[in-house]
Amino acid sequence: MADAIVTTSETRKLAAPLSLDCGRSLDNVEIAYEAYGTLNASRDNAILVCHATTGDQHLASPHPITGKPGWWARMVGPGLPIDTDHFYVVCPNVLGSCMGTTGPGSLASDGAPWAMRFPVITIRDMVRAHLSLLDLLGVERLHAAVGGSMGGMQVLSLAANWPQRLERALVIAATAEMPAQNIAFQEVGRQAIMADPDWQEGAYYGTGKSPDAGLAVARMAAHITYLSEETLSEKFGRRLQDREAKTFGFDADFQVESYLRHQGTAFTERFDANSYLYITRAMSYFDLGEEHGHRIAEALAPAKNVRFCLVSFDSDWLYPTVESRKIVHALNAVGAPVSFMELAAPFGHDSFLLDVPALDRVIRGFLGQ
Amino acid sequence: MSSISSLRPDLALIAQNVAPGSSVLDVGCGDGALLLALRDERKCDARGMEIDAASVAECVAAGLSVIQGDADTDLSFYPDGVFDYAILSQTLQTTLRPRAVLEELLRIGRKAFVSFPNFAHWKVRFSLLVGGRMPVTRQLPIAWYETPNIHFSSIDDFLALVGEMGVKVDDAWFLAGNRQRSAAAANLLAEHAIFLLSR
Repeated sequence: MADAIVTTSETRKLAAPLSLDCGRSLDNVEIAYEAYGTLNASRDNAILVCHATTGDQHLASPHPITGKPGWWARMVGPGLPIDTDHFYVVCPNVLGSCMGTTGPGSLASDGAPWAMRFPVITIRDMVRAHLSLLDLLGVERLHAAVGGSMGGMQVLSLAANWPQRLERALVIAATAEMPAQNIAFQEVGRQAIMADPDWQEGAYYGTGKSPDAGLAVARMAAHITYLSEETLSEKFGRRLQDREAKTFGFDADFQVESYLRHQGTAFTERFDANSYLYITRAMSYFDLGEEHGHRIAEALAPAKNVRFCLVSFDSDWLYPTVESRKIVHALNAVGAPVSFMELAAPFGHDSFLLDVPALDRVIRGFLGQ
Repeated sequence: MSSISSLRPDLALIAQNVAPGSSVLDVGCGDGALLLALRDERKCDARGMEIDAASVAECVAAGLSVIQGDADTDLSFYPDGVFDYAILSQTLQTTLRPRAVLEELLRIGRKAFVSFPNFAHWKVRFSLLVGGRMPVTRQLPIAWYETPNIHFSSIDDFLALVGEMGVKVDDAWFLAGNRQRSAAAANLLAEHAIFLLSR
């Protein structure tokens, strides 16, 4: 994906520079977002939905490139658990991404794409951008912030650093500190991109070439981590792809190989490789307790009046239940009102995006009206 | 809205004796009926722990703060004395280490309500004495091989344990059928006991 993507969402430009954790600041930051429903007169019905690593602002509307329904269309809409008849739902594209919000593919002040000159950003920087957008939209205090996976990290960061900006925090399949195994998988993905000669040290914009092969491999590796062994076995098993016998070659003999190759290739049509580098870097840096002697409870102490709900899934081995429990124990320690449950679902980490009716009930109940 | 009057009798008794406006942790809160009554009628900061995920989901859907957890292992994650009351209703007999659970309840709560079925009720004694089979009663409705109850005790057993632990009994209530009855011969005549304990 070497060219700019045209989206149907709205974009706001920040008037002030955005200060970042790395010490640098970004001028002229643009944030693309989608919003549904109406902000009420008392401005207290806003819900911020934070998307995951490779998600975007197309929460409940069709994706402009793939044409597929929004990534949480089953959850967000009129009468749905995140009910747009009652709530004003805002979903911004994260800082560093490539769907309209400023990222490494955007133009720097010299008129050339940032590429690897773009500052390394953090999850908290993403939240800073969200808050700047909410300021522009007139939302001072959120009814709730909601997110799964990397979205859940943003919600935790928001609650810990700006507890006065939200009443409720719903954190699904996330962690307060990126575990080593996840850092490791993401490093594989980044190395695949950077080993692709078409990456060109990140300066591939406008060259007619982009590191699609590397990005596809990164996606393939990551995609495996989003699924459960059960899903892979049931969906594909050892079945062969459109053939009767093994070819004794290196084609995609197996259905699971063909599926992964498709996932990898399709991903390159909608995502920018440098954005992938920056966003996964932000995730691997995420460590909520780092500035508090690695005590998550201390980091979350300012949020003791925020109502929390944490959800994990029993088949999720990427962000397993133990990660959510650590957060729950920290919240117990500071006396925050917290709910937690491990839901049974067969789909692995991706369960939060898929059909898990118990999750619908929990979200609807937790958000109230 | 949930009312105290519609609660199971042992839960209603507990709810009536919780000070209004207090903070409460109900360990093994099930569908959250007691928590809802405490929140709505006693204006309590009412929180729960429950082992069954589906029950937790129902509690959260009802607007309660409940975490999925196991009384045997997860009470250790609460700081000392953070609740006015810790409540353990009809759950003690399902725990692996009842004594340790009681210690934890009185560590995290300044007071603890504990209710349990009395295994020395005359019907239970009669069933075992005459029938020679493990009793299946209204209080203990599940056969021995399927029941979650693994540590049966009588009222006298329980009193002996709390005595040994140096725990004070601040109050006690006894139920037979769904009615409250006196403490007289409770170990023989009460099907259910509720104790208010403190250190």
